[in-house]
Amino acid sequence: MSLLDAGAAAVAKAVRAGDVTAVEVIEEALARLDATEGDLHCFQTVLGDKARREAARVDEAVGEGRDPGPLAGVPIALKDNLCTHGIETTCSSRILEGWRPPYDATVVERLRGAGAVAVGKTNLDEFAMGSSTENSAFGPTHNPWDLSRVPGGSSGGSAAAVAAGVVPLAFGSDTGGSIRQPASLCGVVGIKPTYGVVSRYGLIAFASSLDQIGPFAPTVADAALALEVIGGGDPRDSTCLARPAPRLIEVLGRGVEGLRVGVLEDFVDDVSASCRRAANDAADALAAAGAKVDAVSVPEARLGLPAYYVIAPAEASSNLARYDGVRYGLRVEGPDVEAMNARTRAAGFGREVRRRIMIGTYALSAGYYDAYYGQAQRVRTLVTRAFDAAYERFDVLLSPTTPSEAFELGAKTANPIEMYLSDLCTVSSNLTGQPAISVPYALGDEGLPVGVQVMAPALGEALMVQVAAVLEQAAPAEARGPVPVGGRARGEAADGA
Amino acid sequence: MPEGYETVVGLEVHCELATATKLFCGCPNVFGAEPNTNICPVCLGLPGSLPVLNRRAVELAMRIGTALGCEIRPSVFHRKNYFYPDMPKDYQISQYDEPVNVNGRLELPDGSVVGIERAHIEEDTGKTTHVGATGRIHGASHSLVDYNRAGVPLVETVSAPDIRSAEQARAYVIELRGVLVATGASDGRMEEGSLRVDANISVRPTGSDILGTRCEVKNLNSLRSLVRAIEYEARRQVELLEAGGAVTQETRHWDEDAGVTHPLRSKEEAYDYRYFQEPDLVPLVPDAALLEAATAGEALLPSDRRRRIAEVFAAHGAEASAEQVLTVIELDLDQLVLDAVEVGADARLALARAANEAAARPDDARRLDPRAFADLVKMEHDGKLSATQSKTVLGALLEEGGDPADIAARLGYEALDTAELEAAVDRVIAESPDEWTRYVGGDAKVTGYFVGKVMQATKGRADGKVVSSVLAARRDEAAGR
Ligand SMILES: [Zn+2]
Repeated sequence: MSLLDAGAAAVAKAVRAGDVTAVEVIEEALARLDATEGDLHCFQTVLGDKARREAARVDEAVGEGRDPGPLAGVPIALKDNLCTHGIETTCSSRILEGWRPPYDATVVERLRGAGAVAVGKTNLDEFAMGSSTENSAFGPTHNPWDLSRVPGGSSGGSAAAVAAGVVPLAFGSDTGGSIRQPASLCGVVGIKPTYGVVSRYGLIAFASSLDQIGPFAPTVADAALALEVIGGGDPRDSTCLARPAPRLIEVLGRGVEGLRVGVLEDFVDDVSASCRRAANDAADALAAAGAKVDAVSVPEARLGLPAYYVIAPAEASSNLARYDGVRYGLRVEGPDVEAMNARTRAAGFGREVRRRIMIGTYALSAGYYDAYYGQAQRVRTLVTRAFDAAYERFDVLLSPTTPSEAFELGAKTANPIEMYLSDLCTVSSNLTGQPAISVPYALGDEGLPVGVQVMAPALGEALMVQVAAVLEQAAPAEARGPVPVGGRARGEAADGA
Repeated sequence: MPEGYETVVGLEVHCELATATKLFCGCPNVFGAEPNTNICPVCLGLPGSLPVLNRRAVELAMRIGTALGCEIRPSVFHRKNYFYPDMPKDYQISQYDEPVNVNGRLELPDGSVVGIERAHIEEDTGKTTHVGATGRIHGASHSLVDYNRAGVPLVETVSAPDIRSAEQARAYVIELRGVLVATGASDGRMEEGSLRVDANISVRPTGSDILGTRCEVKNLNSLRSLVRAIEYEARRQVELLEAGGAVTQETRHWDEDAGVTHPLRSKEEAYDYRYFQEPDLVPLVPDAALLEAATAGEALLPSDRRRRIAEVFAAHGAEASAEQVLTVIELDLDQLVLDAVEVGADARLALARAANEAAARPDDARRLDPRAFADLVKMEHDGKLSATQSKTVLGALLEEGGDPADIAARLGYEALDTAELEAAVDRVIAESPDEWTRYVGGDAKVTGYFVGKVMQATKGRADGKVVSSVLAARRDEAAGR
């Protein structure tokens, strides 16, 4: 078994001990990237030589007896909406093609500071708007488990890169489920932290009040480690909480004895049999491990989706106004500045982005504001109160992550509403700002991975991770990545063991 | 203003705050730097950048609120969305329905009171220059944008529609500027754009308490523009109404050269700003330290300064010219007057010399040694210098400083005695018999002629007023009165 498959913590440990060089690890990741990229298209930009140089610096530090940090030499992938100094950052949009930020996102700084080495920027639905990565202006990403299927989205490139074993750690952003849904569809772990736990500085905004950056990893432990590195207060983001990153590694082995787990029953009729079964089995496993498990209904959770699809586009319509052709990115000339703005935006934004800008502009317009944006904000408050009330009775809540297994490419592109329904189980956490994690739990009826979601109250990351670690132990190894491209042959065990 | 109508004006005054850095980033807040040198990802609105509120700007805004007697409240920021090339994010971060300062008042020197609806914090935009023959957008070959000003903190003070004339509007802006400078929030320089005024103007029949339809007039870059624009716009609206028409609510542009307002293009009118709460900032809830800083060390406001002068003058049994008082306060020379009076200068004369001669060179005047100034005023008051001589000595004093007595001696000034003056007057009368006849006949217009002649004859050593009184005495004798 390759060291890369042993996970981020194992890689860092070996690099710090001098058992392996960061350069060797990065070379292997780049080789895997090279071997799989033609089939998967996970990456928007590959950072071969830059990654090699950074790896060499990590090795130098080890050689000089300095500790490169808890992610020493770990190859990582960054969603292409995270700003990287001097490296093209596109949001998978024509409008930003060729744009090189003059600064690094806070998470990018922190990851480098911890010794991680970025090997590439990953594909996403344009401006993170979508649930399949098919809205990328540069072509879709394919699911490593089945190349005819989507990896989910919008962070599909990052999820697929981890699922294919290219990198043991990748980063995405989650606005309505954009980390958890692709994590579920690709059989990896994905965390959406509490709003404000991770700095958004340098994350190109989709919907500012909902966006959070989080990790993908094959294991709960590695995802937890990554969150410890990227979390914590940042004076450059006013919405980032002035507190240290959550301590997660120390809770991993604590078990669930006595924890109160609520099994959310409100999505039962909206999800496939496999997804329903996975959540129920997960509940049983937690009960068997000593948790107090009970069904719970939070009917307001179902109101989250429509509220989300008003609030997110409204904020997006404002956040994306700056792509006007004046200062950077694409410009299509016109007879006057208004025409130049309009032509640039018409040419630079894809259909889904334009659709959401129009929805959001409408929702904020004079005369409609109260009926749409105002109403959605009131619903948001209701949803938050309902979840807060549920957390008075339960420590965590359990639900399916997605309504289905990974669907075929093209299956939902003609029907935006159906695509939007992919976020049904995940959007509430964004509206409430509360944390959630998706853990691979089963193989579904279509032979593809199915995740379950553990949700927790604000700043309940530790409890959430504690429960997720138990579920990970109970889940069959065959349900999680990495997998060879195209998936495992039936009967082939996970982890190449 | 035509008979039967009343002008109603509300003013929006944008004031750039005198902070070291911009409102949401660490870029320097300075005027006149090379274009696009004071910029960063945040004030350029680059993708992924986020605003962080400048605490000092909040403090200054709250000081303004305190000085205007506002209620200072927890507030939130909103986004005002519209496309404009000099606005990097294509939205402006501003305060909308929950501003930091509300419900204040400003008392003007004439005792009238103008309500302050709000004074809120917002960010400034960049500056567009249209390159081409006219400097206007039409006919320009291209435009250049300088983002140095983008993100500079502003406080917009919105008055109630309590102003009833162009002159009152002028007095309001001067008074408000005095307040802004007194609080340390602003340098008050209108010509550099650190103070910008928009006027909401309407008219209505005298005695009506219903507001007429208003027009917002922009591009008022000086007090003179403000006065002219209000007078013009009120007249335009009255003429419209008198002709049976109606005023359309719109934004109009003041054309200083042509002396008219004209409507801005309708496209710019059609903005729906789609305000919503800025999700990148948290609500602004001033903590105790901030509240303390905003109210500590109370600023000496223009009204306080007027009161101070009035009290000192009353104590000396002197009457102060209201206009001269406003001038010395506006030019920051009131302390000079008070210091001079303190060491024995005549109050009325000190004020007059400060408000007239010293005011012509305010920068030098502010450096003037109050004791030297007092000595000069005393010399004039005691008749040791004529008014003309006194003004000349003051000019030299402003120029080079020193002791006024030495300057007077150097200039050969010594007071004329009465006999010498009367002799000079008689000589001039004898030389100008025709003019004298007219003067005696009651033609006051020739007074100036005689005073001028006497001044010439005495090389400016005579006091104009004394000359006038000698002339009047001679006339009365001649007329046999
Ligand atoms: Zn800046």
